[in-house]
Amino acid sequence: MEALQRVTGVAAPFMRINIDTDQIIPALFLGGTDAKGYGAHLFHGWRFLANGSPNPEFILNQSPFNRSQILLADRNFGCGSSRERAPKALREFGFRAVIAPSFGGIFFNNCYRNGIVPVELPIEQIKELVSEVEASSGQEQITVDLEELSVSTGSGKRFSFTAPPALREMLLQGLDEISLTLSKSESIERFRTTDRANRPWAYSI
Amino acid sequence: MSTDKAKTFFDKVWRDHVISKLDEESDLLQIDRLVLHELSGSQALRALEEAGRTPISRNQVFTVIEHLISTQPGRGPCDSVSTSGPVMIQTTRDASKKYGLHFIDYDDPRQGIAHVVAPELGIAFPGATLVCCDSHTSTIGGVGALAWGIGASEAEHVLATQTLAQTKPKTMRVNFEGTLKPGVYAKDMILALIGTIGAQGGIGYATEYAGSAVRDLPIDGRLTLCNMSIEFSCKYGFVAPDEKTFEYLKDAEFSPKGDAWKKAIDYWRTLRTDDAAVFDKEITIDCNTLEPQVTWGISPQQVGSIGAAVPSPGQAADKEANALGERALTYMKLHADEPIRGTPIDVAYIGSCTNARLTDLRAAAQILKGRKVKAGIQAICVPGSSPVKRAAEAEGIDKIFKDAGFEWHESACGFCGHIGDNRFADLRVISTTNRNFESRQGPKTRTHLASPATVAASAIMGCIADARELS
Repeated sequence: MEALQRVTGVAAPFMRINIDTDQIIPALFLGGTDAKGYGAHLFHGWRFLANGSPNPEFILNQSPFNRSQILLADRNFGCGSSRERAPKALREFGFRAVIAPSFGGIFFNNCYRNGIVPVELPIEQIKELVSEVEASSGQEQITVDLEELSVSTGSGKRFSFTAPPALREMLLQGLDEISLTLSKSESIERFRTTDRANRPWAYSI
Repeated sequence: MSTDKAKTFFDKVWRDHVISKLDEESDLLQIDRLVLHELSGSQALRALEEAGRTPISRNQVFTVIEHLISTQPGRGPCDSVSTSGPVMIQTTRDASKKYGLHFIDYDDPRQGIAHVVAPELGIAFPGATLVCCDSHTSTIGGVGALAWGIGASEAEHVLATQTLAQTKPKTMRVNFEGTLKPGVYAKDMILALIGTIGAQGGIGYATEYAGSAVRDLPIDGRLTLCNMSIEFSCKYGFVAPDEKTFEYLKDAEFSPKGDAWKKAIDYWRTLRTDDAAVFDKEITIDCNTLEPQVTWGISPQQVGSIGAAVPSPGQAADKEANALGERALTYMKLHADEPIRGTPIDVAYIGSCTNARLTDLRAAAQILKGRKVKAGIQAICVPGSSPVKRAAEAEGIDKIFKDAGFEWHESACGFCGHIGDNRFADLRVISTTNRNFESRQGPKTRTHLASPATVAASAIMGCIADARELS
């Protein structure tokens, strides 16, 4: 799995509430069983005009935001459908971090498994970051540090955040979660033996 | 399974599935059932294969063909309006057979939408941990399972280990108290809750639905209620099992039988929330005064009573919330302060894991009987499962729908999400589904969510209508 310790880069403010995964990547573009090929359709309905050309008014079509690595968003980012192509599309575009006051729970977990850190910060702090970015026309870069659990700007602003420890460790080191779990096979089998005796209907079908 | 203090249903089910603690917030959980479909399940199965792994407990894994398969009568094994549908369907079919998973193909008499089929067949059971690559998996909480949506990587992990790492959520109880008036349904209850709590109200929570109105609901209605938990960003929603649940599951294909059944219900009875248990949050909704609900915006939280006017965006809490309201009105081509009732529609759609079970079709048929869909309106019904379709046909419900002017389809996820069919492009749809997001049902499609009765009445009237005026 792809690791992430820290990222410093252009941050795109896209302060909308309830950006759902249908907007991040519409169902029409979920095709195939491939692990890649989704970045081109990121935010398709907003990013492209009806004739397929880029919508010049959409922030990710404007320089320097077209090479953003960090997304600044509002409440409930990534709500809705469980589609893992949503973080895949963000990652393929170049994003390594999304900063929002809250996230859809399934999307939050999916991010960690696709090289993206979802960072929860209070809305007031995000607005401070947005102000700096906007005042510098995007030149002011932001650093998200997963090791130190901090978000900072060149001007000296620094905010801390929390992350679920096990997921954080997995992303920091790029660990293969399945191998990690399989290394606990003994305790899993012990649990299942006892559980099977208590709840046989869960196993014998 | 000893208790040292009063516990909620959720606490008991979670506790009984913890294999080991991963950190102060997360546990490694035993997963009793994994359900996969061809849209995201195919990705998980392919990733597993590419990693050189195989399912570790194939007996606990079920695959169903339902997301991309065509709903057209006479459909073939790979027919799909999605260009990549055939390959995803075939990948799922091949992998299911290769690994010996329980597999329900497009022409299996048990086929249907995973969240309709899982309770119907007893794949789900009270106190089960059940996961599926689909956010509406919470539906299955209606039979007292702890069921939630996961990503494809998480599903791959379950395939390989039959376990899943999860952060333990906080608990919330929503008490629906009182008695529903005639013409008001589970769909109206959950829409009213989302309108009250907001689309973000459930982040980080697991929600138990309780109260007299929930106890009175048939299992079909409880499934509808739990289905839309994710629409207030709550991954887990459930109704603790009771005698009604046991009656529903008894004799289902995969339910335990004989002595095992007796042992199972003895255990399931212990799962109810203890009287003294404390939740992190409690909300009460008065059902005595509840009216039929219909959404007017692009988030399920943008909802109101059928007789209400579209609210003015300026009334929201802050600038961004106002912007959300303004975007909704622009997208939906509606005006503030105008009544939602009477808004002309182009399409009436009855289908999805939310509202296409037998009681839903009966409620719609009651309105449609002896009436005709207004000229120019497309009216479509896609039953939630093949067994639901056959049961409806046995009651003559298909004939009522068809005589009224509805199309009667084969079961699948159908028109709930836009996967390639542009039939609803730039049209206004009243729909029994669960999401009114921008372009969810087609390019620029304007979706209004409502109950099957409201959709049926709107089909007859040609505009958003109050079904109670027709019954």
